[in-house]
Amino acid sequence: MPLTDWLILLIPVFPLVAVIINGLLGSRYSHDWAYWLACGSVGASFLSTIGVFADILKTGAPHEVIAYQWIFGGDLTINLAYLVDSLTCIMLLAVTGVGFLIHVYSVGYMHGETGFTRFFTYMNLFMVSMLLLVMGNNYAVLFIGWEGVGLCSYLLIGYYYERVSAAKAATKAFVVNRIGDAGFLLAIFLVFINFKTLDYTKVFAQVSQLSPEMATAIALCLLVGAVGKSAQLPLYTWLPDAMEGPTPVSALIHAATMVTAGVYMIVRNHAIYDLSPTAMTVVGIIGGSTALFAATIGLVQTDIKRVLAYSTVSQLGYMFLGCGIGAYTAAIFHLMTHAFFKALLFLSAGSVIHALSGEQDIRKMGGLKHKIPWTHWLFLIGTVAIAGIPPLAGFWSKDEIMAHAFTHHQYLLYGLAAAGAFLTAFYMFRLTYLTFYGPSRMDHHTAEHVHESPMVMIWPLAILGGLSLVGGFLGFPPEHGWFQRFLASVAGTGGDHEAAVGIVLTLMTIATGIALLGWGLAHYFYSVSPSTPERWATKFSAVYTTLLNKYYVDELYDVLFVEPTKKLGRLFDWFDQIVIDGIVRAVGQAAELGAAGSTWFEKHVIYGGINIIGYGNHLAARQWRHLQSGMVQHYAAMIVAGLFLLALVIQLVLQL
Amino acid sequence: MVPLSAYVAVSAILFLTGLLGVLIRRNFIIVLMAVEIMLNAANINLVAFSYYMESMAGQLVALFIIAIAAGEAAVGLAIIIVVFRGKISTNVDEMNLLKW
Repeated sequence: MPLTDWLILLIPVFPLVAVIINGLLGSRYSHDWAYWLACGSVGASFLSTIGVFADILKTGAPHEVIAYQWIFGGDLTINLAYLVDSLTCIMLLAVTGVGFLIHVYSVGYMHGETGFTRFFTYMNLFMVSMLLLVMGNNYAVLFIGWEGVGLCSYLLIGYYYERVSAAKAATKAFVVNRIGDAGFLLAIFLVFINFKTLDYTKVFAQVSQLSPEMATAIALCLLVGAVGKSAQLPLYTWLPDAMEGPTPVSALIHAATMVTAGVYMIVRNHAIYDLSPTAMTVVGIIGGSTALFAATIGLVQTDIKRVLAYSTVSQLGYMFLGCGIGAYTAAIFHLMTHAFFKALLFLSAGSVIHALSGEQDIRKMGGLKHKIPWTHWLFLIGTVAIAGIPPLAGFWSKDEIMAHAFTHHQYLLYGLAAAGAFLTAFYMFRLTYLTFYGPSRMDHHTAEHVHESPMVMIWPLAILGGLSLVGGFLGFPPEHGWFQRFLASVAGTGGDHEAAVGIVLTLMTIATGIALLGWGLAHYFYSVSPSTPERWATKFSAVYTTLLNKYYVDELYDVLFVEPTKKLGRLFDWFDQIVIDGIVRAVGQAAELGAAGSTWFEKHVIYGGINIIGYGNHLAARQWRHLQSGMVQHYAAMIVAGLFLLALVIQLVLQL
Repeated sequence: MVPLSAYVAVSAILFLTGLLGVLIRRNFIIVLMAVEIMLNAANINLVAFSYYMESMAGQLVALFIIAIAAGEAAVGLAIIIVVFRGKISTNVDEMNLLKW
């Protein structure tokens, strides 16, 4: 086996070893090497990934490695096998690279928390699952990773399990994801029924035999899974609540990696989606409407992490939009840049929260610019990047999706995306202004303790900041950059017809204009005239309250699904307690009665019978035992007598 | 030529002698000797029939019986010695422990 294949096999093994060691021994032994092991293992995975990446870059050929033959029999063969092509490579680099930085950051952020090793064990377990998810060469391995990241998400959202809200948020995330997973499972079954295999390469090789209806069915079932995992309409409600977890978790799982799994899955299966224009349209519309919808909610939220959470939902909407219009490369590009700047934003937000001893409400912040300058500058980089102002990373990827929508005449989706982009710029700068500028609204006690985060937290931030600054140039010039060429073998070239340079430049200018407009408005609202937001809030109080309450979607779901389900549960509980338990108790009582009767019968009838036999034997034996005199000669005499008797019988009776 | 019946008769006489010895003598050593006589009665029978049937099997069995008789005598005498140590007697009537 060549070196690259070994490296591929090793990538998920490093974190797995760390999980086993930290999980089994971590709580017993010192915390000092728990994080060394955790960060080191992810770092080792990252280095292996770079080795694999270098090989793929040189040869361009995908690697398929079978680690273990798992299930075989009949039509079904499922291997624990990895497929590493350029798409997987990008995902691997993003996952292990950003993951490594977040692990390092966590060392500082989680310092002194109870369950420090538990945190790192879960984080590493998440890395293992995520790596399986992106590396698997078939749907079964993808599904294992899919469920694994869901589990780790649940465990880490509920990290502060003493807090009721955290436990509830974890349950919510898990249950909402189950809905998506059901769709995903159906898709896997459909794939197996149609192709008799679950391997990507074999499935995509014969995908053209699929009828359009079946392709639509599979694509829509896959989409249900992707919508659940990637927090799109209508299953997005779990992601904002997931902010109950520690901030590094929000950065790693709920911004950079796990929630993008849905996008990865759609791009991986684009061969199926390409067959079904219906499914593509659905994907695009879900993405576009989510992008706008989540952005509007983000406008008025007051929790720093919740704003970022809605922005994540919105940005994931852009990726779905990209998938929906066939701009797979652009979607993955946005996925990668989003991983950079959203991880940066979350970690900077974590640094702010750290500085303010746990305060997350932006109404109680302000004026932090000079107190935590490093965090301020890095957060600003993230904001500019996500707002889509050139030349930072977010501009190139978001603009590519929007330009693709425009040049492919999807004007509705373009409109949604453009409106979303304006709102994105607005609420992100609103967040920045409220947090770092203006007068301080902190209470006295918190203000005294504001401090810059330790270097172990600043360094990962700085690297992510650098990536957010220049990461966009991987895809420069648009549609013909290195990134697009690298992914072309897997995700297709994206555009079937060339857009004129003029149009591209015009669209770029418009996108920049929109972003700057959003910035300008935020500047006016929160810097020039700070009383305006208040006035607007009272003037448009109906809209404001609706947005503040997130369109009452949670309440709607409560009324529509959660409460009926709970009622059904209570009904089942009643049925169980009264009817089923009643039957069981009746059976039990009958058995008890029967047992009592049978005991009586046994004691008085059966024992009596047996005793009579035994006593009769006893009486008889008392007489007959005198035969046993104990004297050898008596016995011998009896033998002789018996012998004569036998001879007599033979002679006289049988006449032999 | 001695007829077969003569051998069988001698054998029968010897066997009955032994049997009587086992049944009526009181001395354990004599009883043991009587058992040996019975075994030898069987030997004569075997050898006689072997000769008349022109087959070596009977003589072979006789040899076996001689060997077994030797073993049996050794074990029997050992038992007598052990019993004698306890009871200072070789009277069979006193050895009646093998009963109910």
